[in-house]
Amino acid sequence: MCLAVPGKVESIREEQGTRFGKVNFGGVIRDVCLAYVPDVVVGDYAIVHVGFALATIDEASALETLRTFAETGILDEEIAELRGESDADRPPCPTGDPGQVRP
Amino acid sequence: MKHLAEYRDGATARRLAAEIGRIATRRWAIMEVCGGQTHSIIRHGIDQILPPGVELIHGPGCPVCVTPLSTIDRALAIAATPGTIFASFGDMLRVPGSRGDLLALKASGGDVRVVSSPLDALDLARRYPDREVVFFAIGFETTAPASAMAVRLAERGGVENFSLLVSHVLVPPAIAAVMESPGNRVQAFLAAGHVCIVMGTTQYQPLCDRYRVPIVVTGFEPLDLLEGIRRTVIQLEEGRHTIENAYPRVVSDGGNRAALDALAEVFVPCDRTWRGIGRIAGSGWRLADRYAPFDAERRFTVDGILTEESTLCRSGDVLRGAIKPPECPAFGRECTPRSPLGATMVSGEGACAAYYHAGRVGTATGRPG
Repeated sequence: MCLAVPGKVESIREEQGTRFGKVNFGGVIRDVCLAYVPDVVVGDYAIVHVGFALATIDEASALETLRTFAETGILDEEIAELRGESDADRPPCPTGDPGQVRP
Repeated sequence: MKHLAEYRDGATARRLAAEIGRIATRRWAIMEVCGGQTHSIIRHGIDQILPPGVELIHGPGCPVCVTPLSTIDRALAIAATPGTIFASFGDMLRVPGSRGDLLALKASGGDVRVVSSPLDALDLARRYPDREVVFFAIGFETTAPASAMAVRLAERGGVENFSLLVSHVLVPPAIAAVMESPGNRVQAFLAAGHVCIVMGTTQYQPLCDRYRVPIVVTGFEPLDLLEGIRRTVIQLEEGRHTIENAYPRVVSDGGNRAALDALAEVFVPCDRTWRGIGRIAGSGWRLADRYAPFDAERRFTVDGILTEESTLCRSGDVLRGAIKPPECPAFGRECTPRSPLGATMVSGEGACAAYYHAGRVGTATGRPG
């Protein structure tokens, strides 16, 4: 959970006065809070940690980091964490959990 | 497990290591504070291509590992409370408490959810307004801004069934604690690059001055680590002790202004106990009074839990850098990632897990043969 992964900002929107965006990590798109990178624009690369962009980074550095992460297997692990590990949507109890009827 | 030499950057890495060998005329012990860096060092065998006189000592920078047993036990008590949804990063689920872990609690019907962001936990609170949703807010300065924003958004959105079990910790007081510990061998530090994205670099110069140690802000990739080590050894050889930024492509001296503002609004410094190390003054953050309603320790009764640490596990010595993981008698025997005795064997950033996964079992130094 300690690493921060670079991704490309694909869209930006505002919710409750806070900026969020869709960020592309090597093909996996995640919702990311952009509140801490007020100057970021669509097309920029940002370093993202636990759902928050913490810094922008130039494209060459971002691609270099992604290449290193991919080559060393780290990218797969981080993407698995982004994509698969969260089971927030899966209530553990098969009956009686309001999660079963959520829209 | 591939080593550095097998990658495209291998030749550059060996050149950097050779350069470090040319510079170093004495033995030096350098601590990498961050567990992510430990993982990268062991995974790529960076310690094995360094000249023998340059030793890396693994630091306490694994948030999962240093979360105190009493807090794990509180997490277990809160998660076992009927009607509660307990949301946590996945790493925390297998960390042993005094009696069991969150994974076992989940298996026996407790509603424990793995999330990859505190905002996922906040979403759960919005979706289940009749349940209490508690987020286990662990992590260093890199992670704390995420917790801060989740609390801010909860307050603004009137989400009252959301709270945090806060266990955030800070790097600079830990560096001071290492330097002041009896028998300390550490002569320089690699500071964690991602912590410094948020905090900047200026808070480290007073530590450099006070303890006369070089501190070099360093990234996580193999070449970043070697460059950080190279610059550290140059300072050591020249007798200098200053903060230096070897990761400027993402770290600025001033840090992230917006994140620092949020941290200052939501958190105040507090003393914290570090598992295996003990109490360190001013080494953590707790919620500021304005946000106290979001403090899970106020919503749930969690006092008076009797804690009981494993007698075999020496993770405290590992976290202080006093021993390397294979020097613990339980390492790879009673204690494995499948059946961990201590948190350092659980987390991907834990030094014991890093050695175990790299196959470094059975040699005292972790160097081959």
